[in-house]
Amino acid sequence: MIVLEHVNKVYDNGFHALKDINLEFKEGEITVLIGPSGCGKSTTMKLINALNTPSSGKVLIDGKNISGLNPVELRRNIGYVIQSVGLFPHMNISKNVGVVPRLKKWDKGKTDQTVNELLDMVGLDHTVYGTRYPSELSGGQQQRVGVARALAADPDIILMDEPFSALDPISREQLQDELIRLQQDLHKTIIFVTHDMDEAIKIADTIILMKDGEVVQTGKPDTILRHPANDFVRNFIGSKRLENENENIYEIPLVDEVMITNPVTSFPSRGLAEAIKMMEMKRVDSLLIVDRNKQLQGAVSIYRVLDQYGEEGKTVADVMHPVRYSVASGSTLPQAIEIMDSHQLSNLPVIDSNNRFLGLITRGSVVKHLAEVYPTMVPPLLNGEDE
Amino acid sequence: MENKHLTFADFMSYISRNKGMLWEYFIQHITMVVIGLGLAVIIGVPLGILCSKNKWAAKIILFITNILQVVPSLAMLVVLMLWLGLGTKTVMVGLFLYSLNPIARNTYVGLKQVDPSYLESGKGIGMSPFQMLVKVRFPLSLTYIMSGLRIAAVIAIGVVTIAPLVGGGGLGREIYAGLNSNNSLRIFAGAIPAAVLAIVADLVLGILQRKMDLSKRKSASAAPAPAKIQNIG
Repeated sequence: MIVLEHVNKVYDNGFHALKDINLEFKEGEITVLIGPSGCGKSTTMKLINALNTPSSGKVLIDGKNISGLNPVELRRNIGYVIQSVGLFPHMNISKNVGVVPRLKKWDKGKTDQTVNELLDMVGLDHTVYGTRYPSELSGGQQQRVGVARALAADPDIILMDEPFSALDPISREQLQDELIRLQQDLHKTIIFVTHDMDEAIKIADTIILMKDGEVVQTGKPDTILRHPANDFVRNFIGSKRLENENENIYEIPLVDEVMITNPVTSFPSRGLAEAIKMMEMKRVDSLLIVDRNKQLQGAVSIYRVLDQYGEEGKTVADVMHPVRYSVASGSTLPQAIEIMDSHQLSNLPVIDSNNRFLGLITRGSVVKHLAEVYPTMVPPLLNGEDE
Repeated sequence: MENKHLTFADFMSYISRNKGMLWEYFIQHITMVVIGLGLAVIIGVPLGILCSKNKWAAKIILFITNILQVVPSLAMLVVLMLWLGLGTKTVMVGLFLYSLNPIARNTYVGLKQVDPSYLESGKGIGMSPFQMLVKVRFPLSLTYIMSGLRIAAVIAIGVVTIAPLVGGGGLGREIYAGLNSNNSLRIFAGAIPAAVLAIVADLVLGILQRKMDLSKRKSASAAPAPAKIQNIG
């Protein structure tokens, strides 16, 4: 267990970076430090491997004050992953992963075996990637190696400083998932710094929210979402999540939030064969006909098109039927559902004040929206079902 | 002048008649350059490292070595001669002083340009400052050090041709002999190999310099990444 007791950090220029920090990082948990930039989250994390020393106060690891330890030795026993990855470009991947074991003077056989196991564990085949150099890997692959390097000497503690922030969204998701998967087997004490609340909620066992060098709130993600300590936390969690979380100010969603913004549309001048091809491609049973000024002209269903298919000269404009019902942008979802229900519609276009077509409410989009909102509203029920 | 109608054949025959002597001069030439540069590397690289550690050391060391390099070569050799006497030793010390600046400066620049993220990760995983220098900073600055060596080598090969003035050997001897006896063949026989030597040194060291750029190192068997199997219906 890592404990910070009354830690203050004042820089030479008088900047008070950390103000009386008291924290506890539980063993075997992922603790996420989060906050806006400059809040002191990285500074706090770097206290643990002595990259930063407190101006006053104590940092204890398993009860031992780390100021009495040799910082170089200490760091070899703490994994470290940084945003810029920092793989050494002149060493191949195996050498990069084995760098800490070599610093610790493990014998070669043991180092090689560990390196190979770790590379395979983070999803990089050691026979393929071991002899490559960092510049030959993608950003996501490099950070996988970064994680493998941090695990190499089997440290109990791993520090991760915004490790996935520089990656593209897909790699980021993958690496988050993999971190969770690895942690299920490894049970390391991980301290993870991020500014991304989604990431924090996804991976954290405990979240520590910081602002201006102070801890604002500490707790499980669920607790923080349900009971934000103040407006700052509420803001930081994000307005959308908040609406869903806080029953008192829960707002009825607008059609604009629920609608599909890119439904399948077609120009009136298209031929019937084109229309069929398009429906086939997009897997829909009807098309909305929209002219070049985005005015909604009508709709065609696959049945009507097939009916008239024999007549080659016809365009969709000839077979479309007018759209009788639509809903204005800014209406609420219940209004839209009301219309759909009373007229037995499978979908409902949303238009703006100039009659321009904006999007489409379908039964699917309503269900999808509810699915996004519902689980975060009633987590106890879902948890109950899981067990 | 008698040498107006000299042909290439005359030149070749002169060279083949005197190849023993020319070869000796050539070897002397290279030996002086190599020893002078060697000393400069042995002293200059640590000076560069010292520069990277301490701002004031950097200012002082670069200032002094810079002055040494600005002194005209002849003046430098003559002053050294007053102290060390005539001979090859004087030339090599002169070359050493001359080469110090490019080597120390490039070592310093090379160490400074190493990407901070490598230093952060090196420190964070528990490298001591010395390990960081040997395992990270030095390998990543080799290409800069090589470039300093290349500049120094080209300058040294040129400067060393005036060695005979302070009692040294080398191809310069042939050039001065030619000047004194008004014999263009001898001037060419000294000047052309010296020029070729400078060009070859520049090319070879240039290749080495590129080879030592490890910051974008690729595996030798740069096998293409395994193709992603896509289902193309």
